[in-house]
Amino acid sequence: MAIKDLLTVTAPAICAVGGTLLLLLDLAIPRGSKSTTAWAAFAVILLALASVPAQWGVSTSGFAGMVAADGYSLFVDGLLAVIAALTVLLTLRYNEARGIMRGEFYPLMLFALSGMMLMGHATNLIIVFIAVELLSIPLYVLCGFARPRVDSEESALKYFLLGAFASGFLVYGIALIYGAAGTVSLTELTAALSGPKPADSALLYAGVALVLVGLGFKVAAAPFHMWTPDVYEGAPTTVTAFMASATKAAGFAAILRIFLFGLAPLMETWQAPIAVLALLSMIVGNVVALAQTNLKRMLAYSSIAHAGYVLTGVAAGGDAGASAVLFYLASYALTSLAAFAVMIALNSGEADENHSLDTYAGLGRRKPLLAFVLAVSMLSLLGIPPTAGFFGKYFLISAAIGSGLTWLAIALVITSVISAGFYLRVIMTMYMRDGKNEAPIAGNWPRAFAALTATVATLGIGILASPIVELINTGIKSIVR
Amino acid sequence: MPWKTVCVLKLIHTVMDLYLPIFVILAIASGLAGLIVVISIVFGPRKRAQVKAKLQPYESGMNAIGQGQRRFPVRFYLIAVLFILFDVEVIFFYPWAVAFRQLGLYGLIQMLVFVGILFAGYIWVWKKGALDWETMDK
Repeated sequence: MAIKDLLTVTAPAICAVGGTLLLLLDLAIPRGSKSTTAWAAFAVILLALASVPAQWGVSTSGFAGMVAADGYSLFVDGLLAVIAALTVLLTLRYNEARGIMRGEFYPLMLFALSGMMLMGHATNLIIVFIAVELLSIPLYVLCGFARPRVDSEESALKYFLLGAFASGFLVYGIALIYGAAGTVSLTELTAALSGPKPADSALLYAGVALVLVGLGFKVAAAPFHMWTPDVYEGAPTTVTAFMASATKAAGFAAILRIFLFGLAPLMETWQAPIAVLALLSMIVGNVVALAQTNLKRMLAYSSIAHAGYVLTGVAAGGDAGASAVLFYLASYALTSLAAFAVMIALNSGEADENHSLDTYAGLGRRKPLLAFVLAVSMLSLLGIPPTAGFFGKYFLISAAIGSGLTWLAIALVITSVISAGFYLRVIMTMYMRDGKNEAPIAGNWPRAFAALTATVATLGIGILASPIVELINTGIKSIVR
Repeated sequence: MPWKTVCVLKLIHTVMDLYLPIFVILAIASGLAGLIVVISIVFGPRKRAQVKAKLQPYESGMNAIGQGQRRFPVRFYLIAVLFILFDVEVIFFYPWAVAFRQLGLYGLIQMLVFVGILFAGYIWVWKKGALDWETMDK
């Protein structure tokens, strides 16, 4: 019984056990050679990644129905493992240069990764809460890792205080749902809500709204986005890269499970609020990003906008919406990772960290490959074919129109056009302006490998979209409802 | 009587039935406390000695050496946090011990895993020098 239960959470368990062992192993590794810890973490993540194809095709639940292993959760596991593995490769040189090459970085990453993976597995609201905490607490620490740099500490404190507040919303919402429906299990919730309306529907709606607030904070959807720019800017860039791509994917994995599958019978109730959140996020993110002169802050606002795009797919609902959301998450995660890889490459030298857009002037002539990676990433974020971002947006729009949310699809297109204003500015800065920044950029093959993998994946998912979509659709078909 | 009044009266009756013992305890407790205060006022010594010791929070305790809000080393804070961590986690042992026979081998293994995680954290804290009072400042 016990082993069968554990097999339903193979990948999160590998990360958690690996992280614990690595914490102890790291005590024996001397200060100067902490890259050993990084490679050990890389190996653990690859092991977790290998467990995904080995288990592909299962559709079971374990621990008395609290977690599920199905194609959906396995896809999320695989995506998160790829992001984490690439992030580890990006940290090697950067953490050394910034003086934050400490052993605890990697166990903390593994713990956060295990929580993120658990978000996709959770079929019980209590497990969702535990997973949110498990992913957040290590991230709070990681944000403040560049101590004593003041903005890093500020970022950790802001994230911690607001995150704790959001967790309060989440747990209160879960309590209200339990009070109204008498269960916290998503499958039982679906059954309970399919019948006649419960007497305490006001209590239930309040609970659902509070859960949406708690998870909306984690994925940085407006109007719960206030923390995003400061936290993203202050945190070490490797941590920002991990947060921007992996946390968003994990947060939406839980939102999909809860709203599209658990609370599916209540769809006409939550569809309008989620659509409004999507609209707000798209407008706030894209319009405010226009005014940014700092690339890291600009990407923070862009991540708010992308949370809005993904929420469009959530509002569309159904299997088509879920499939579009998963595809968009994969493409966004890899694309933003490529952008952050370039920022990490530019800030792995002797000089202080500087993410001002001016430092990118002339990059096209100075470092053509890096400039190419950033350019492809910007085009994909904007949604130009043949990149992954184009097909991601295409699926989101068709899902939204398919379920009658044409106005939201139009808003998505209009805000995407607005976003051209800042994405294309980056490309113009790199290729059409002469730069004064002549700081040398030392090559580093793990970082280059990660950046190129992310870029090739961005282009590859765009050109070969249909196999990925089929993979996602098989995953969604096998979901434990 | 109108039926609403009957309902209210019945409700009051039920509540009284349930809470009567508590009200009795409340009455006895407050009566006793009041009695003691009155007795000490009536029979106690009348001298209002204005000595310094009388004005201190603890009349028979140690002499106060300064204000309550002082600066103290952050080391105490660290030790307190570690203590809370391990103390609260060890509380899980109590329900486990009570239900030990029902949980059986599966419960034992789960508890060993839990203790293993706790122990890993303990080793890490120890090796990092968080328990070492002398070198903690470094």
